[in-house]
Amino acid sequence: MPEERAPHLNVPAPGIRPGGEPDFTHVSIPAAGEVDRPAPDTPPEEMRDLAFTIIRVLNRKGEAVGPWAPEVAPEMLLQGLRDMVKLRTYDARMMTAQRQGKTSFYMQHLGEEAISCAFQRALRKGDMNFPTYRQAGLLIAAGYPLVNMMNQVYSNDADPVRGRQLPVFYSSKQHGFFSISGNLATQYPQAVGWAMAAAIKREKKLAAAWIGDGSTAESDFHGALVFASTYKPPVILNIVNNQWAISTFQGIARGGAGTFAARGHGFGIPALRVDGNDYLAVYAAAQWATERARADLGPTIIEFVTYRTGGHSTSDDPSAYRPKEEGLAWPLGDPILRLKAHLIALGVWSEDRHTQAEAEIKAEVVAAQKEAEAIGTLHTGRRPSPRDMFEDVFAEMPPHLVRQRHEVGY
Amino acid sequence: MTRMTMIEAIRDAHAVAMEADDDVIVMGEDVGFFGGVFRCTAGLQQRFGVDRCFDTPISELGIVGTAVGMAAYGLKPVVEIQFADYMYPGYDQIVSEAARLRYRSAGEFTCPMVVRMPTGGGIYGAQTHSQSPEALFTHVAGLKTVVPSNPADAKGLLLAAIAEPDPVIFLEPKRLYNGPYDGHHDRPSVPWSKHPDGEVGNGHCITPLGKARVMREGTQATLLTYGTMVHVALAAVEEAGVDVEVIDLRTLLPLDLDAIVASVNKTGRCVVLHEATLTSGFGAELAAQVQAECFYHLEAPVLRVAGWDTPYPHAQEWDYFPGPDRVRRAIETVMED
Repeated sequence: MPEERAPHLNVPAPGIRPGGEPDFTHVSIPAAGEVDRPAPDTPPEEMRDLAFTIIRVLNRKGEAVGPWAPEVAPEMLLQGLRDMVKLRTYDARMMTAQRQGKTSFYMQHLGEEAISCAFQRALRKGDMNFPTYRQAGLLIAAGYPLVNMMNQVYSNDADPVRGRQLPVFYSSKQHGFFSISGNLATQYPQAVGWAMAAAIKREKKLAAAWIGDGSTAESDFHGALVFASTYKPPVILNIVNNQWAISTFQGIARGGAGTFAARGHGFGIPALRVDGNDYLAVYAAAQWATERARADLGPTIIEFVTYRTGGHSTSDDPSAYRPKEEGLAWPLGDPILRLKAHLIALGVWSEDRHTQAEAEIKAEVVAAQKEAEAIGTLHTGRRPSPRDMFEDVFAEMPPHLVRQRHEVGY
Repeated sequence: MTRMTMIEAIRDAHAVAMEADDDVIVMGEDVGFFGGVFRCTAGLQQRFGVDRCFDTPISELGIVGTAVGMAAYGLKPVVEIQFADYMYPGYDQIVSEAARLRYRSAGEFTCPMVVRMPTGGGIYGAQTHSQSPEALFTHVAGLKTVVPSNPADAKGLLLAAIAEPDPVIFLEPKRLYNGPYDGHHDRPSVPWSKHPDGEVGNGHCITPLGKARVMREGTQATLLTYGTMVHVALAAVEEAGVDVEVIDLRTLLPLDLDAIVASVNKTGRCVVLHEATLTSGFGAELAAQVQAECFYHLEAPVLRVAGWDTPYPHAQEWDYFPGPDRVRRAIETVMED
């Protein structure tokens, strides 16, 4: 029998803080191609190991290897590379625009571009993402116009959500992108409900829920998993584990227990753990999960393992809580460099063509930015009317809001 | 017309709406096979199938959160929270999500749903089965809040709520489920079968939202109330022997301000009555509106009668409940000035 003693409070902490040497030796990374790919209709209890490993496709030589390597045309991968470069270029422009005072706030995807860009390619028209603020690649890969995104970030007169939302809180039903909430995790049960509605209507559509490692601690996450396990609707429950929830390392949300993916096991939901910096692995996992959803096999959990190379937002300075060089030490590399290396290895891409593509994409982004800024930014140009403030609270404006709008002078 | 209890009227409203529109679905704790702990959904699963009326896990945030997703998809979920007191885990989904979805997406995604919940005391339910949280909803932009006081309105208002393009909070005074209650806990209760408002129209008969109802015309003072307290007010007025106009607000938001102003301007005196706690209650909003709109007609300060600012007690239920004696005293006081 162990010795009795007064209890102590266990407060998990990352091994390394600013000033320390970045160290990821504790992150166990299997070689690319090493993990089995069970058939999507395999019973959940027979593939529990998939929640404790990392599914990887691209190896260090840029080759796509193993059973998860998807059969894809090089054109699709070239488009994927362009999507990621576009997202990174767009982010860089908007980060600068925020510093220039053209908007109040911005959140970039640096290092996480593969996840949203690749996942979207496995979806069909009519499917719906319930994203967080760090999945703009879903919109870019779905062909949503950049200028609309910028108009939203600038809250100008052409902002599709009429200046009502924080920058990057996009919404586009047509592009399968649900309106973003700043209250974390609330979208998780909503995605399950949306998929339940598809099941009730017997319509072949699926929902994809998105959440970060930190927000899995919210009860919405657990409530969503309960409902998903009960009703088994066509929903993919994505967890983006980028290691950091603002300044809080992922161990605070996870404790010592297993992985985020393994949270699904208590609910009988199949769970994959995937290299989030590997465009091909993300796409392959998304395809596997969509096959399950489209065969009425129910929900799937996917934990994408990645690293938030940038700050949480423009209001955050990560050097206060983690070593500056940690991003460079992250062992899963950079998603753009890895896909680029693969395409070069395939013989369909080159450094020169990449440089040229970067220039073309930058020109495209700059042109969109000029178009958006010609309309206005947060403090200049044409902005949404105060009249808009009172619209859409209800379908029809009730008398008390009409009175208040008149008081403002509109 | 058919004689119904409020429970039967609510059940009938569900059935009428589900018959008319396949997109109306019903879910909540115990609402499916069993038909709800208060029996408000009895028979719906058997009649419309398990896809359209089903039991949920005990997770109010799950119920409301999935309903938001269903409503965004295009369904019309009508969900039951077993007691209003259990609503809090789902409150974030109501306030931050359901209420704001249309606004934050500029009308691209909407949330036509009804959240029903039994509310109020008078049943020895103590603090976890007696609360009246209406002010927590009327304070939120984007929600409509409804409180019926009789079977006919329960059916009509619920049908109107289901027809709404935006989320509606539907608070059912559980003390009224089986009969009107005037607050005299020591007297035998009257069933709806012996009350004129137990006559409920057949089929699709709507009571519009945002319209108050004058329950008793009067000339000397106005009593603004809703839910269970409508019946307490009517009893107290008879006992006070004062000619008080009693108004059942029926919908708290949007509020029928025209009806309120017309009555108070006529009588010059006003008492506001609700079961919920006094401080920051909906009565404060009513008092503020009345003083702003009717100031030059008022001959006395607006008085509020409400639950005390304590949790709802068990043994002291009738000391807490703002019964006819307290209401009568308030009427007498407002007539003094």
